[in-house]
This record gives sequence, C-alpha cells and structure tokens, in this order.
Amino acid sequence: MKRVYLDHAAATPLDTRAKEAMELYFTTQYGNAGGLYEEGRRVKEALANARNVVARILGAHEDEIIFTSGGTESDNLAIFGVARSAAHQEIFSRLTLPRSAWGSSDASQKFPDMRPHIVTTTFEHHAVLGPCEQLEKDGFNVTYLDVGPDGIVNPQDVQNTLCPETILVSIMYANNEIGTIQPIAEIGKIIKEFRARKTQNLYPYFHTDACQAAGYLDINVNNLGVDFMTINAAKMYGPKGAGALYRRNGVPLKAQIIGGGQEMRLRGGTENVPLIVGFARALEIAQERKAEENKRLTDLRDYFIAEIQKRIPKTVLNGHPTKRLPNNVNVSILDIEGEALVLYLDAKGISFSTGSACTSESLDPSHVILALGKPYEFAHSSMRFTLGRSTTKEDIDYVLSVLPQTVEWLRALSPISVDINAKSMSRPEAFAGQGMRAKAKSKHYK
Amino acid sequence: MDVINQHTGEAWYYSDIVKDHFFHPRNLLLEKPSNENEFDAHGMVGSPACGDMMEMWMKVCPVGRAVTDRAVMVKQEQEVRIAELKWKTFGCASAIAATSMFSVMLTENGGMTLDNALKVRPQDVMMRLGGLPNRKIHCSVLADKAFQKTANDYFRKTSQYDRIRVDGARVIDPRLNITDKDIEEAVLEGAQTLEGVQKKLKVGIGSPELTTEIEQLIRFYKEKYYG
Repeated sequence: MKRVYLDHAAATPLDTRAKEAMELYFTTQYGNAGGLYEEGRRVKEALANARNVVARILGAHEDEIIFTSGGTESDNLAIFGVARSAAHQEIFSRLTLPRSAWGSSDASQKFPDMRPHIVTTTFEHHAVLGPCEQLEKDGFNVTYLDVGPDGIVNPQDVQNTLCPETILVSIMYANNEIGTIQPIAEIGKIIKEFRARKTQNLYPYFHTDACQAAGYLDINVNNLGVDFMTINAAKMYGPKGAGALYRRNGVPLKAQIIGGGQEMRLRGGTENVPLIVGFARALEIAQERKAEENKRLTDLRDYFIAEIQKRIPKTVLNGHPTKRLPNNVNVSILDIEGEALVLYLDAKGISFSTGSACTSESLDPSHVILALGKPYEFAHSSMRFTLGRSTTKEDIDYVLSVLPQTVEWLRALSPISVDINAKSMSRPEAFAGQGMRAKAKSKHYK
Repeated sequence: MDVINQHTGEAWYYSDIVKDHFFHPRNLLLEKPSNENEFDAHGMVGSPACGDMMEMWMKVCPVGRAVTDRAVMVKQEQEVRIAELKWKTFGCASAIAATSMFSVMLTENGGMTLDNALKVRPQDVMMRLGGLPNRKIHCSVLADKAFQKTANDYFRKTSQYDRIRVDGARVIDPRLNITDKDIEEAVLEGAQTLEGVQKKLKVGIGSPELTTEIEQLIRFYKEKYYG
C-alpha cells in the first residue's frame, strides 16, 4: 500500500545526497580526527569542512560550532552549561554550598535571594523543560512564560521578567507540535538592550532551540541576536544522531561531557565524522530552493487546514494560522481520542502523530496544547500532520478522502460531545500522569 | 500491530485479537437510546478530560428464560442473566478493544448471571485479548468499572440495595447504599437542591438525620463545579 507520511516534525527521510556524502566516512575514511597520520588528517579535513559549511550558513565563526549527538544534547549543553558556569561566578557562588546550608548560613541572610534565574516558556520541548526542572531542584529560579492562545510568546513578557539575576533566556524558534514561530529577533534585541544597561556582568544569554525551524527559516545568528542555537540533522533530511550547538564566542559555557578535549574542550568524545558530514550536507541542501519549497508547502498547508475545517465539523486549529512553519498542521478534532485515529489512519496508509495522553510514555496529554489555555479534551483530540518534501496535493487529497469518514465512525463510538466553545480548563478527576500538570501552570519569579 | 511511541521511540505490539476488536468492535451502541426505558440499566465512568470515558447499557432476562420473555416482571432478589450489554467509548485502541471483549464475555453462551459477571476481572479480559502493553492496563479497568456502575444502577432500580458495591466512596445513606460519589454525580447532572438530588437518588428520604450532611455535600459539589 502507498504510504502518506505526514510526520516530518518527528523524523525526515535521509536525503540521498547526504547519504552519499557520508558513505566514505563509514568505510574507507575511518581514521580518528585526532590522529596526526594520513588517515587522521583526511578525516580532520572533512570535519573542518563540515564545520565551515555549518558556520557559513549560520553566519558564525567555525569555532562557534559545537557538534553534538542531536537536539536534546545541544539543549542540555546550553542550559546546564550556562547554569553551571554561572554557579561558579562570584555573585552566585553561594550555590556551590550544599543546599542545606543556605537556610541557616550567615551568607544567605546577607544575600536574601541571589539565586541565578532562567526564563523559558511553558511549551518548550522536554529537552529544555527537563533541564530547567532539574536546575530548579538544584536551587535555580525558573520562570515559565505563558505563550497565549496563539502559541506565540509576547516579547514584552520577556522584558518584564528579566532581572539582575537572570542568566539565561531559552525560547524555541518554532514549536515542535504546533509550529508557531516565535519573535526571536525581537526578543534578542530586548535582551541585548537589557544587557547593555548592566555594569557587573554580561548576563543574561539567549538560547533558542531551532530544531524544527532550521529547515525553513532564517537561521543567521546575527539576524536573530542569539548567543546559543540548537540545530539537529534528523529534522532536515540528515542522519539521526547528529546536531550542533552554536555558541557565540566568549560566552561562558561549562562542558557537560568531559573527555579528550574535542570540540574546543566543550564536548568530549571522538567526533562522529560520518554523521557530522551528512548533517552539514543536509543543512546545505535545505538552503537550496528554500523560498520556493516554503511557498509550495505553505499553499498545501493552508489548503489542508481549510479543507479539514470545511469537511469536518468541530475542528479547531491549534496555534496561529499564519505565523507557523510552512509544513505544520495541528488540529483538535473534538470527541475523538488521538491514538484511535492514528491507528485507524495507519491502517489506511497514513502516518501522523497526536498529543493524546494515550501515546505518551507518561500518559500526560500534550503540554503544548494545554499551554495554549485549551481544555484537556482538546489536547487528547489534537492531531499533528507535518508535511515534507515528498508531500503532494494528491497525498493531501487522499487524506481528505479518508479522514472525514473515519472521524465520523470514531465519533459514533464516542459517548461524549465536547463544547467547541469551551474556554475554561477542565480538570481531570483521575489522571494517570502527574508530571505535566505542574508544568502547565506558569510559575512566576518574584 | 506495531505502534511506535512518538516520545520514546519504543515499540509495543497489540495482539491480533486487540486489533480485531479495535477495528470491528462488538456490541457497540451507535445511537444513544431515545427512550430511557429501552434498557434495564445504565452506567458511565471516566471523563473526557482524562482521555477515557465509557458508557454502558444493559438488558437482563430472568435466569433460564429467553430474551423475548422480558415482559415478565423481574422479581426482587431473583438472579438474572445479561441479555444485552451495549457500550460507547471515548478512548484509545486498548480501551475500545477491552470494552468490546468485556461485552462479548458477559453475553456469550446465553449471558452470565450478574453475580458471575461481577466476578470477571480486568485480568480475565486481558487474557482473552492476548495481553496489553503494561501502560495500557488501566484502559481495561474502565470497562470493569463501567459495568459495576451499570449493575449498581440495576440493583438500585430493583431495590436490591444490599447488592450495590462501591469502591473508594463513603456511604452516606446506608439503607440505600448511596455514596458521596453518587451525590457528586447527581449534582454534575444538574441537581442543585436536596429535593433535586432526592428525585434522582431517593437519598435520605425517611432519614431526616442525614439531611444536614447531604445538603453540605450538595453545597460542596455545587461550589466545586459551578461556583
């Protein structure tokens, strides 16, 4: 059966040109880039070329590119790396004391609250939220900004939350579930201005997770005004297991994987040269015909959204209708549980994903849909279709020919009928997962 | 069927039986009954917010009699068989398949007696389904709970109060075996006064000493859900 794959935000097929670029380094070019001999030198050259390509596309210097194993590692490195470096700065040195000492020591009374502060959003990827929660446990303050009903952070909110103790702002470039694009350049400007008024240190730094955005949007770090940027090969037709963290020169960062001093001593471990080469090639390919492909996908996306809403009653688009990635369609099809629809459409050759609790390890529904202020029912019914290079109008028409009748069948199975105008947050009385509920609420730093 | 978890990439496998019941659910009620008396009992558990919700309808017939003899009044204390068990579910594949299998088990071979049906455990359903992934086990518990509710509704309607079983709820009216959860549901269904709740549940009628507590509970749930 022909498959219509609409989960490109989860994984993309490997571009054959990237695969070809990699092949040599799996077989004949196997040296360690650290070797001084012929085999080592050749691989070292390939690594340098890849770094040059990535740096050029980001508008960065080569020594600002740290190759990692992917998006999650880059996010962890940026957040823990900045936080742990800050914890050693004099103004925050109290953090190096054991936690139990804070409450009673004289120092803590002299400096009532000098804990380093981090700003992020409620709808970040777990690769950012997870480290932030860990740092909270370690005594850092974290502000989780609300994102509003459209799924776009208000730069003014960022401005209002900055304080002398803020060390890092981490806001994703485009959301992985609903594809909404954040005003990164604007926030970058705000942070720069705030920093310029400070005399003691250069905090806060600005990190953006651009894993979803990199294949579609401008990722020039100077245009964006970011100090750190996460990118990932697997979301742009490169190999899984490769990514990079851009770090602006001079910004303090503490290595999280310590070993043989690779990657400017910021990420130990023998460089995964074949994957890095494939990553650089994939990034290069993604820049070609970007505007053209974006236009094609945007037209398809808008057609798909309009037709779903026309053909299926009680559907709600999640996230801003236009300030979203060209390939992202996220709709809540009310009264339908996501997993059931995924499996029914899978049987008809269609692949997509859902924010329903039933498909997650934690049994929590999508924290992103909840962050928009939507009721739990909307999260269980949220469906994400992400288009890609191979997606055609015929594919979309096929989905549109199957989707309405499947939805109708599942609605006939369902005993409920959710009010489409429901605004207030419903509260589940029994809830399998516990984790995201706390996260869905924003915690404000005082 | 091979399902890949989108967050962990971990694979789990639904058995062919699960797949069959998911794609071809048995005893599904497509249209909700228009007439309240079409079925002998009704029960509902879960909530759409939790991502799982189940509704069940049951018809019974006296032991040893065919369904067509339903005109014969079911006498108190007389054991009955399940003639029909219909359901609707908002839930995942496991919930749909488990409910479907549960309804088959209770109605096959002429239908179980209520006593035997209440002894069917979620594990028995799982066994018939050929197993469920660990994190999906709670989905099969829901069918069990929905049936307990349905049976309780039947016992209440036939005044067999001593046969009503409730889990984890506090009994408010021991005579009728009515719990705080029943009162909560009555309020959720729109009853806002003692009179309204009594219309639905008969709770506290003839036991004036319970009135204060019942009124307090009604106030509490009213504030919780409407306040």
